[in-house]
Amino acid sequence: MAAAIKARRDGGSLWATKLREFRRAFMGLRREESIAGYMFLLPNLVGFIVFMLFPIMFAFYIMLTDWSLAKPPEFIGLKNFDTMVNDRLFWKSLVNSFYYTFVAVPTGIFIAFWLALALNRKMRGIIFFRTVYFLPQITLTVAAATIWRWIYQPEIGMINHVLDWFGIDGPKWIHDTKWAMPSVIIMSNWQGIGFAMLILLAGLQGIPEEYYEAASIDGASGWQRMRYVTLPMLSPAIFFVVVTSLIGAFQAFDQFFVLTQGGPADATTPLTLYIFNNAFKFFKMGYGAALAAVLFVIILVITIIQWQLARRWVIGFDEDE
Amino acid sequence: MASATKTKGSLFGQRQVKILMDLFTYVVLSVVGIIFIMPFAWMVANSFKDIRGIYKYPPDFIPEVWHFENYTEAWTMTHFDAGFLNSAIVAAAVVLGQLFTASLAGYSFARLRYPGRDKIFLLYISLMMVPFTVLLIPLYVQMRYFNWISTLQAVIVPFLFTPWGTFMMRQFMVTIPRELEDAARIDGCGFFRTYWLIILPLTKPALATLAIFTFVNTWNSFQWPLIVLGKPKVKTLPLLLASFQNQSGMRTPWHLIMAAATFVVIPVLIAFVVGQKYYVRGIVTSGIKGGG
Repeated sequence: MAAAIKARRDGGSLWATKLREFRRAFMGLRREESIAGYMFLLPNLVGFIVFMLFPIMFAFYIMLTDWSLAKPPEFIGLKNFDTMVNDRLFWKSLVNSFYYTFVAVPTGIFIAFWLALALNRKMRGIIFFRTVYFLPQITLTVAAATIWRWIYQPEIGMINHVLDWFGIDGPKWIHDTKWAMPSVIIMSNWQGIGFAMLILLAGLQGIPEEYYEAASIDGASGWQRMRYVTLPMLSPAIFFVVVTSLIGAFQAFDQFFVLTQGGPADATTPLTLYIFNNAFKFFKMGYGAALAAVLFVIILVITIIQWQLARRWVIGFDEDE
Repeated sequence: MASATKTKGSLFGQRQVKILMDLFTYVVLSVVGIIFIMPFAWMVANSFKDIRGIYKYPPDFIPEVWHFENYTEAWTMTHFDAGFLNSAIVAAAVVLGQLFTASLAGYSFARLRYPGRDKIFLLYISLMMVPFTVLLIPLYVQMRYFNWISTLQAVIVPFLFTPWGTFMMRQFMVTIPRELEDAARIDGCGFFRTYWLIILPLTKPALATLAIFTFVNTWNSFQWPLIVLGKPKVKTLPLLLASFQNQSGMRTPWHLIMAAATFVVIPVLIAFVVGQKYYVRGIVTSGIKGGG
């Protein structure tokens, strides 16, 4: 890069420099290394171009077509996006995606934070608890959702039985339009908390003991140590957890598909499930791809906002290269 | 937490406060632990009941009679033998493939010098950001062109390459001292022999991390197989488990479903317990570095 800028300043052509660089790389001493470098990269690079780069570009075309796969694609420009504006189910699935994400992620991270604090105490048997909290995380979502589908059964399920002990008449959970989304959120947090907990725990373990000692000597109370030592020092880990959890939550699919199938009355159909239904149930490839593009833009915008906000609250964020 | 250091003037000394806090923490951790473990416990308990036991009210936790035959019944009803084989083939192929392609490319990015290297690496990192949902439709169409629908290739070949794994390999290999490699080169080793004999053995911890991550993710993978694997004989375990629930008649056979779920969960639990160290390290290092 620096060489290229220098070349341009010197009035030489950028491409001439590039060519010289290339020729140098493939002649003489470094020739063997350059060839080896490309050969080592080759299997991986071919895979990427065929199964990632190409599909991404292909998606841009598909979203501009009307395509049922039975007939050749018909180019219709931006009409799919026009359809979307008046598609009631699209708006509903959008609202559902936001509902799920912005309830599940903050509550999950909040609980994970307190669990990580508890696990950070120097006590016996911590590893055992850590393993237990992490087990749901590695359990496949399909199996986890299967178990929870039974737990949520209104008549025979475990949760209403337990509520019964306390004299509470439990709701119909996944069969009730109001309770279906909270049901999915509870299950997802049960399954997903282990990830956030582990990263926050690692962050906590990285805070030097001396910081706490110094704060104590200065007369800081427990709450003040939390506010002025723990939280700032943990902010990079919290930031990472927030960003990855938000991205993951917008893409959640398995639990909706198995636990509620999007019902009742589309109360739990997020954008991902709506994309799936359009593309692989109704075979509207063009419309599905357009919906996927919307999902991508949402994820991108939210991630960018996170990075912008991070300057204000994440310690050492600007020092990153 | 707040009272942990307020020793002077307090009723208890610092030691007693610590013991009390520990006790409190244990109680909280245990209660939460029970909540986390209960669904698994019920899964196993229900898998041994009969249909009457499932629909009994109030339910028993421990089955009255232990119906071990549920497992054989669930196994044959769902064609789990084929499912196990399919899942195992897919997981093994994807794990081995990713280890190979990621470590080769990682070495190339970390150690070899050639024009365009850093730009390609940047491209890899930016590809890590693309959500898989965006790829579903174009990749599906591509699989149709390849005639790969309802074949295992469709769930293997596109996943032999991993930007995340390549990134991790590169980050790990950069930390290996260069002297070891130079010695091998002076002794006349070619680049491939250096990679194979010197670099790979030193990269074992990172390879183990990638292997267990990929195994768990592949074994648990659901959305993509659901789209491309239509025929029953190529279905992987998660697909069988999901479709098993929908074919039920009047009374859902929860005891058989739970037996099936138990089968599917056990291999990942074993993989996790065996490789926990590497799994945890993978999450922690990628987490902190990625977030930094």
